[in-house]
Amino acid sequence: MSDEIKRGLQSPLRRKLLMGAAALPAMALLPRLAFGAGPPTAAVNTTGLAVTDTEVTVGILHSATGTMAISETGSIQAEKLAIEQINAMGGVLSRKIKIIQEDGASDWPTFAEKAKKLLVNDKVASIMGCWTSASRKAVLPVMEQYNGMLYYPTFYEGLEQSKNVIYTGQEATQQILAGIDWITKEKNAKSFYFIGSDYIWPRTSNKIARKHIENFLKLKVVGEEYFPLGHTQFNSVINKLKLTKPDVIFTDVVGGSNVAFYKQLKAAGIDLSKQTLLTISVTEDEIDGIGGENIAGAYACMKYFQSLKNENNEKFVAAFKKMWGDKTVIGDVTQAAYLGPWLWKATVEKAGSFDVDKVAAASPGIEFKGAPEGYVRIHENHHLWSKTRVGKAKLDGQFDMVFETADLIQPDPFPKGYQ
Amino acid sequence: MIINSRFFNRSELIGFVALAALLFVILPLSLDVFRLNLVAKYLTYAFVGIGLVLCWGYGGILSLGQGVFFGLGGYCMAMFLKLEASSVENTKIQSTPGIPDFMDWNQITSLPLFWQPFHSLTLTILAIILVPGLFALIIGTAMFKRRVGGTYFAIITQAVAAILTILIVGQQGYTGGINGMTDLRTLKGWDIRPDHAKVMLYFFEVFLLFGCILLAQFIRLTKLGRILVAMREQEDRVRFSGYSVANFKIFAFCMAAIFAAIGGAMFALNVGFMSPSFVGIVPSIEMVIYTAVGGRMSIFGAVWGSLLVNVAKTGLSESFPQLWLFGLGGLFIAVVLAFPNGLSGIWADYVQPRIDRLLTWRKPKPAKAWTDGSVADGAPAE
Repeated sequence: MSDEIKRGLQSPLRRKLLMGAAALPAMALLPRLAFGAGPPTAAVNTTGLAVTDTEVTVGILHSATGTMAISETGSIQAEKLAIEQINAMGGVLSRKIKIIQEDGASDWPTFAEKAKKLLVNDKVASIMGCWTSASRKAVLPVMEQYNGMLYYPTFYEGLEQSKNVIYTGQEATQQILAGIDWITKEKNAKSFYFIGSDYIWPRTSNKIARKHIENFLKLKVVGEEYFPLGHTQFNSVINKLKLTKPDVIFTDVVGGSNVAFYKQLKAAGIDLSKQTLLTISVTEDEIDGIGGENIAGAYACMKYFQSLKNENNEKFVAAFKKMWGDKTVIGDVTQAAYLGPWLWKATVEKAGSFDVDKVAAASPGIEFKGAPEGYVRIHENHHLWSKTRVGKAKLDGQFDMVFETADLIQPDPFPKGYQ
Repeated sequence: MIINSRFFNRSELIGFVALAALLFVILPLSLDVFRLNLVAKYLTYAFVGIGLVLCWGYGGILSLGQGVFFGLGGYCMAMFLKLEASSVENTKIQSTPGIPDFMDWNQITSLPLFWQPFHSLTLTILAIILVPGLFALIIGTAMFKRRVGGTYFAIITQAVAAILTILIVGQQGYTGGINGMTDLRTLKGWDIRPDHAKVMLYFFEVFLLFGCILLAQFIRLTKLGRILVAMREQEDRVRFSGYSVANFKIFAFCMAAIFAAIGGAMFALNVGFMSPSFVGIVPSIEMVIYTAVGGRMSIFGAVWGSLLVNVAKTGLSESFPQLWLFGLGGLFIAVVLAFPNGLSGIWADYVQPRIDRLLTWRKPKPAKAWTDGSVADGAPAE
């Protein structure tokens, strides 16, 4: 708890100071880039977007305040980093990217209102934003009605596909199935216990996991429990865990509840070095709040860990820390958010236009070789091909990658046999 | 009783005309459709505010659970709109076409019984009034007949707000859960999303709002309104005078609930969205704050309060995405500390006397009538 409070108090202020301090000299020193040398605006913008000869405006729409701010701050930072790097390379079609940031305030209708403002008033060419499924569901009708382009970073439940959205996170089957297969084999598991927060993402993820475990692996799910968002009393379910003794505890508890859950688990004497726990909701960001000592030994199923060893990732982590401070950690969603501006840039350049219709049509097949997670490509269904990776949490809050799929997994937002 | 026999006294008439001019003429002419739609959203809280003026300002019953009724009204409307948006044709890709998408995600294969009435617009409109009304009647009867009041009542309304939120979130197969009901499209085939529809909805809402203002003013001026005030000041005296205090309280609470429900229904129509985030404790308290900022004794104050606080909210959050909550918090503290009667108090204390003085100075004669009036208003003159 005290960690949380400390973090809440110090980080926004520190960030502000850092930003202010960093921005001033940087602006004076940057060489003037040749913005404006690209194709004429009339040719690349036929629908009245906010594009001039030298500038193009995009929106960033996340919660900077409210309960989701802790999670979404990383996404905002990653998107700003990517945009700054793109601008330093000469922008998109020789136009500098200008950001308009709006605060969704952890409130779903506010997200819808702000998305509409960005599209209708500011005429942004694309929006990097949303985090929770609820905020995306609120924003989706707005994107479709006003024909916007949204780059959505979070791993999510699937069952959705839109011309106006590029999903840079993994959908449920991409995230879960390979991880369950691996842990079943590795730990010779026979029984699973599901614990989740009560909303659409954990429910759908668990439904898919259950079908996979029962129908394909022919194993047992011995319990499934849900708790309201923000719940902090997990003693009853921990007692049930002690009675049923499942081989694997499978969790998708989100947000602040995680802190209470793992602390109580540890206090109840469930030692994660002996009891296998697989989570699909804890990234480096969450461990920052939970505390490495409370979760060390647990396995997490993601597509990215900050500790990944490849050249792209080393550059990315270094640049991120340079911009936002040494103590920042980078989780799965933060990395996925970083992909958004890059994928958009590549798509616009392939389409030769900022028009949303052309960008949407040009999206399938777009590749990004510089992704920290490794090579990514956009599928026909506007999701990304991606790997599943399993990491083991360490005391210092980082993960050791213990497994990754050999190939990229095809996104399948409407999985047959799992509905 | 010269003044009270008129429907509006002079300052109220000025308030009424000013508000009508603002909402019917100035705002529609000066704002683009996007901003006008935002105003429509803010005004939905004004309905709640008017109800709170009756129930809290006049009746002295502080309800911290108006979000419940706002939510019930909103959900009734949203259920109708969602059913219409979930035609078999629109939902072909689902396992069970023809039911709302969130039911399909939760493996529900047929429309639950309690959803059936919401195929009909007439029944929906009835439900928007009756469901919250009856719910308030039940809570009110249970509480006021046992003489539960004051702080205890406020706490219980909060508990009800929390319970309803948990219920909605937990039963996501039937209610859409934390995501709420999104993607509402048409009302009887009339698309509510395009710009011209937003303008129509705005005017419809403003008409309804003025209907509610007039109704509230009417209630305030009848004997009933005066009993409410008497009850707030000296509950026992009213009881010993032979009035059934509980029944009057129940009535005020039910009226407030119905006003809130109308606001909720208009919210679902204007925003195209309904979610549990308008039902819980925090939004309920926010609604009380709007009324407090506007002035809890003033019907017009409630409308101004909802408008101005929400304008400040949007404005601050657009200009300072990371700091706006502090600004808003500061604003509330400043208003409550410096002006406990809210904006209408500022008006009555500082602006109104000046206008009066100005008018007296110009036309000495009517000023006499005004003086007579105020003496008549303040009970026994001698």
